[in-house]
Amino acid sequence: MLNLTTENSENNQADEFEIAVPSPPELMKRRAKSHLGFILGGSVVLFALIVAIFAPLLAPFDPYDQDLTRRLVQPIWHPTGTWKHPFGTDALGRDYLSRIMFGSQVSLMIGFFAAIISAVVGSTIGMMGGYFGGRTDNFIMYLINVKLALPGLLVALSLVSVFGGSIVALIIILSFLFWDRYAVVTRSITQQIRVNDYITAAQALGASRTRIILGEVLPNVMNQIIVIASLEMAVAIIIEAALSFLGLGIQPPTPSWGLLVSEGRSFMFFKPYLIVLPGVAIFFLVISINMMGDGIRDITAPEGRN
Amino acid sequence: MSQEIVLEVKDLSVDINVPAGTLHAVSNLSLHVKKGETLCIVGESGCGKSIASLAIMNLLPRRASLTAKTLALEGRDLLSLSEAEFSNLRGDRIGMIFQDPMTSLNPVFRIGNQLEEVYMEHGKGNRKEARERAEYLLEKVGIVAPKERLSQYPHQLSGGLRQRMMIAMTLMCDPALIIADEPTTALDVTMQAQTLNLLRSLQKEFNTGLILITHDLGVVARMADRVMVMYAGYAVEIGTAVEVFDNPNHPYTRGLIDCIPVPGRRKPGSKLGSIRGIVPALVGDIKGCTFRNRCDFSITQCADEIVALKELGKGRAFRCILTPEERKTTLQNPGITQ
Amino acid sequence: MNQLNSQSNNGNIPALECRNVSQTFMIKSGIFAEKQPLKAVEGVNLSVNRGEVIAIVGESGCGKTTLAKMLLGLLPPTTGEILLDGIPINSVSILDIARKVQPVFQDPYSSLNPRKTIKSIISLPLKVHNIGTEIEQKNRVEEYMRLVGLPNRLIHSYPNQLSGGQRQRVAIARALIMEPKIIVCDEPTSALDVSVQAHILNLLQDLRKKLNLTYAFISHDLAVVEHLADWVAVMYLGRLIEFGKATDVFRDPKHPYTQALLESVLTPDASLGLPEITLGRGLPNPLSPPSGCYFHPRCPKSSTECSEKSPLLKKEKNYSIECHLYN
Repeated sequence: MLNLTTENSENNQADEFEIAVPSPPELMKRRAKSHLGFILGGSVVLFALIVAIFAPLLAPFDPYDQDLTRRLVQPIWHPTGTWKHPFGTDALGRDYLSRIMFGSQVSLMIGFFAAIISAVVGSTIGMMGGYFGGRTDNFIMYLINVKLALPGLLVALSLVSVFGGSIVALIIILSFLFWDRYAVVTRSITQQIRVNDYITAAQALGASRTRIILGEVLPNVMNQIIVIASLEMAVAIIIEAALSFLGLGIQPPTPSWGLLVSEGRSFMFFKPYLIVLPGVAIFFLVISINMMGDGIRDITAPEGRN
Repeated sequence: MSQEIVLEVKDLSVDINVPAGTLHAVSNLSLHVKKGETLCIVGESGCGKSIASLAIMNLLPRRASLTAKTLALEGRDLLSLSEAEFSNLRGDRIGMIFQDPMTSLNPVFRIGNQLEEVYMEHGKGNRKEARERAEYLLEKVGIVAPKERLSQYPHQLSGGLRQRMMIAMTLMCDPALIIADEPTTALDVTMQAQTLNLLRSLQKEFNTGLILITHDLGVVARMADRVMVMYAGYAVEIGTAVEVFDNPNHPYTRGLIDCIPVPGRRKPGSKLGSIRGIVPALVGDIKGCTFRNRCDFSITQCADEIVALKELGKGRAFRCILTPEERKTTLQNPGITQ
Repeated sequence: MNQLNSQSNNGNIPALECRNVSQTFMIKSGIFAEKQPLKAVEGVNLSVNRGEVIAIVGESGCGKTTLAKMLLGLLPPTTGEILLDGIPINSVSILDIARKVQPVFQDPYSSLNPRKTIKSIISLPLKVHNIGTEIEQKNRVEEYMRLVGLPNRLIHSYPNQLSGGQRQRVAIARALIMEPKIIVCDEPTSALDVSVQAHILNLLQDLRKKLNLTYAFISHDLAVVEHLADWVAVMYLGRLIEFGKATDVFRDPKHPYTQALLESVLTPDASLGLPEITLGRGLPNPLSPPSGCYFHPRCPKSSTECSEKSPLLKKEKNYSIECHLYN
């Protein structure tokens, strides 16, 4: 419909003529609703999150409870499976469903905190470099280059073997691996944002650098940070699983998906569910996080000038 | 001046699909350009002037659809041409000059290469002939030492020089029609007059038709043989430059002219005339005059139907229900609006 | 120059004054090249009283934007002094400068943060300066939105929902909310359509009368300048080459460059043809400015003297010029 009626004349001093343009939050809502990948990925991630948070309430058994009389019970789809242990039990008779549910806690916690901590560190460094330029920027570029020259996984392996495989240690080591990508991206976006007049306007107001970076630059970089965070979260989950599989990550008996695969390895040929189930869990969580990240990137893409 | 018609457009409409519906970017546009004549299309942003020129060049974005009764260049029907035939035509029979010369010249090739390429691409001759033509045209556009300039890269030239290069490039194949979209908007004032002078003298010399698209009424007044004022996709007034500027028939044209400050004509500190409101969104069904919400003279009938273009003869026309005389009485008797 | 119009006007202290202000950037033109000085602004003297409009005109690259940054306190002058109400700008903090001088920029798209609402954009100055409570700030924002003619319901909108004219009004409201005395307008209407430009120019006129504002109006559009300005300062390659009352300069421009600029203005008068301007090529490279008078390579009236000696500043009451023709 062509809207040709002028607004009420109370305000008609302004060059007023309504064109229904959605605000950025409305636009994002609208895009999110029609983005299949985001909805699918988001639902799986949300499901995993609920399972992780409420694992103590939802899990049918204590994941550490060993019952050697019920070792290697087959899962429900096997002819001998029972509803008591829908995913069967492991070599020590622990309920496998409960262990996988508790394992999601480890994966999500490590993924989430590694992504967040590296995001805070990396983005701060990147925005500072992009905003201040000059020597600060040179120094930060130097740091980034040093980081890029390090063989990440080797450093992680050696650090883990030195500091041990606690969850906190893993989060810190993974954060150290990931900060550079945030720094590179936020730095270049900040360089583009810095030349905008609204930054000059804030400077002319006497606004402090911290306020300009946090109040003016950050809202414009935030969508990129969230996208990288989601991708890094997926990578963190995979690396945690890999380290735990190698015996360098989470230590038994804590249930971690990587560790479950590692423990199931010796029964691989006659009890394949022991490695298939945690493997599938990793696969779906990671692909869902990636789909969600892609979705966020599409949803938060800038609106352009009209 | 020859009276031969170079470009003839009848009832050109361009619709663009946008998320909110169909955007009527250009509606029922008819125009013609004769050899050696300058037609200025003037209007504010969003009035459809650039879309109209892209439609003539067949360079519309994919989601746009074009309908027209006639679209003919030198008597040749353009509507039936294939994509390949059209791209052959562009640069050969129709030349185009854009606002920003830096983006229309390729930064990684030498100027000479780019000029010669146009010539050879359209099968006008070999590299030697192309080089001769390029040097000849560079002299024409007032560039000293053309040989040296031809071996330079675009970034080595100033904005004004780049725009001269663009003009030379457009003339390489001796086109019948040049479409210039805001050719001097990116230039400094002092370069603007020089570039326009050059464009005008070359156009007369080569007897080329010129469509000049601009928002700058000053440029229009000084350059145009004929003027077409566009508003919200419609041509609202057509006529010779002198007629349109001295005696505007459409309230929008009148308003536009009053909006611009003119040195020496007003006392500093006095108020400028202004048009209230902004250009309407052209999405959906358009009913009635698109200017009526901003018009001081609008009456109830303005909302009823699409106003037809009133021909006054000698190529003069305007699109308003009321004649200028009738509008005077409307203002005097507000009762008529009931 | 400070005696030009400041002391002649009843001994008032000018609202804004530049004393011999220069800005030199050190530019590296290649990887191995030595840093070269680029004189963006050179020896500019001007002053303007409360409630007056000074227009700074010139082509792109003449240093007018650098001068604007210095007036806003964002760039300390390399040499010289800028005084606000007689107080040197470098003796006070940026917060104090901000209370007196505020900018309005050219591009209404890049001057508003796309991720913030109109309310938070206009209230930012109050937040930075810790003025008022949340409710007082909101009331103040609404008051200033009314003042610049923005309808109240836009308060929670985002910049992308506004037209170019409305955005420029938001920028003006943000500049005014601290009640500054001076507004530095950097080409505030050149990105707008003509009908919107008229709205904004009229608004600026109204506000000046209502709030007794001083404008430093930077523009290349001489028609707009003549419409608004009391004083005109013409800049060329960082130097102020002609300065005077707008009425005088427009009626009788003395400097050949000012004359050329004025001739270049295309008025919408269809009976006139295109002006013949013989300024030759564009600006010379500011890294190696011409000898003598910077304008001589483009000047139609240049003599050998012009290429050898720099012209001296010739001062009169309310007027100054740098040209050999008038020395």
